[in-house]
Amino acid sequence: MTEAQEKNIPDVSSDFEPKIVAFCCHYCSYAAADLAGSMRLDYPTNIKILKIPCTGKVDVLYLLRAFEDGADGVIVAGCEEGTCHFINGNIKAKKKVKYTKKILDDIGLGGDRLEMYNLSAAMGQKFADLAKEMTERIKKLGPSPVNSGA
Amino acid sequence: MIVGEQKPIEEISKMIAEYKTVLVMGCNTCIAVCHAGGEKEVGILASALRIKNKVEGREQNIEEASMERQCEREFVDELADKIKEADCVLSLACGVGPQTIVEFYPDTIVLPGINTTFYGMPKEQGFFVEFCGGCGNCVLDMTAGICPIVRCSKSMLNGPCGGSQEGRCEVNKDIDCGWQLIHDRLKAQGKLDFMDEILPPKDWSPARHGGPRKMVREDLKIDEKPEDEIEGITKEGEK
Ligand code: SF4
Ligand code: SF4
Repeated sequence: MTEAQEKNIPDVSSDFEPKIVAFCCHYCSYAAADLAGSMRLDYPTNIKILKIPCTGKVDVLYLLRAFEDGADGVIVAGCEEGTCHFINGNIKAKKKVKYTKKILDDIGLGGDRLEMYNLSAAMGQKFADLAKEMTERIKKLGPSPVNSGA
Repeated sequence: MIVGEQKPIEEISKMIAEYKTVLVMGCNTCIAVCHAGGEKEVGILASALRIKNKVEGREQNIEEASMERQCEREFVDELADKIKEADCVLSLACGVGPQTIVEFYPDTIVLPGINTTFYGMPKEQGFFVEFCGGCGNCVLDMTAGICPIVRCSKSMLNGPCGGSQEGRCEVNKDIDCGWQLIHDRLKAQGKLDFMDEILPPKDWSPARHGGPRKMVREDLKIDEKPEDEIEGITKEGEK
């Protein structure tokens, strides 16, 4: 086994705190995250939120750059299908996320490190849940080899 | 426009493996319009390759650059320094781009990141169709503006063949029968008698069958240099 492959072995040590970037739509998930805070819900602090006007603004390049710059996981969180303020920005995002997952699989980072969620501005609890879910998932996957290999 | 698509990352990765500094070079004309090799796709591919290298523990510099048209020397020359510094250029232009670089930068290793597929148009966003085969002797005037060379699977000049069924081609049910389209349009134009006209066998010498083609426009030339004195690696008589 090469050194690189060895580096690829997930580090399952419990002190690994993943860096997760969340692209959150201004109209839904950003407000939901805010609400989760107001509701004093407990959710992992691993999530770094980036507010965007609509998930339709998310681009394959943004997602890859986040991973290139060391994110262990990336979330795209948009409005529920059919409720996008810009008609279908979230549907466009869904396709871009699917396309990016394929690239991540092709380059050996794994598409599981990227996920899209749909929620409304009123779903503070769902935001807290998805933050937990993604943090757990990335903890299992281990640190991004981009960081350990650098 | 020329339509193409990016080669699989795995194939590209193998191709560039032995080079330390790779310049991923895009073209912002046709290949950008089909979302395969413009500035944005250069960014995406370069980013993906850098991540792949880190995942696999490989050291390699992946640089990015794009220009307006990789098929014209004036634009290519603007990036001369970057081209010369790189150990190889991975071109995301159609096949003309890499060969333009080869022509004027003979010492540079140039590799193709794109499979150039056809001359066509975007019928809608993300959906491209082939419309012309560059045959060098257009017959659209005889065929209601629909090309029998590329829109008939068999490039028949006097169609349809017996395989045309309900508007679909026998080669594949997803293909419109080009000759059905021609027939329907001629009918709509009241020119169905064109169908009775037998087009003679096509002279394919102006097409690829006559060997590599070139075009000289004396009225446009500035220099009166004979062809073999024009700069570039391709010289008349050496082909
Ligand atoms: S007849 Fe020849 S030139 Fe005309 S559209 Fe068809 S392939 Fe192109
Ligand atoms: S079915 Fe139509 S398109 Fe297909 S080969 Fe025959 S004439 Fe050409």
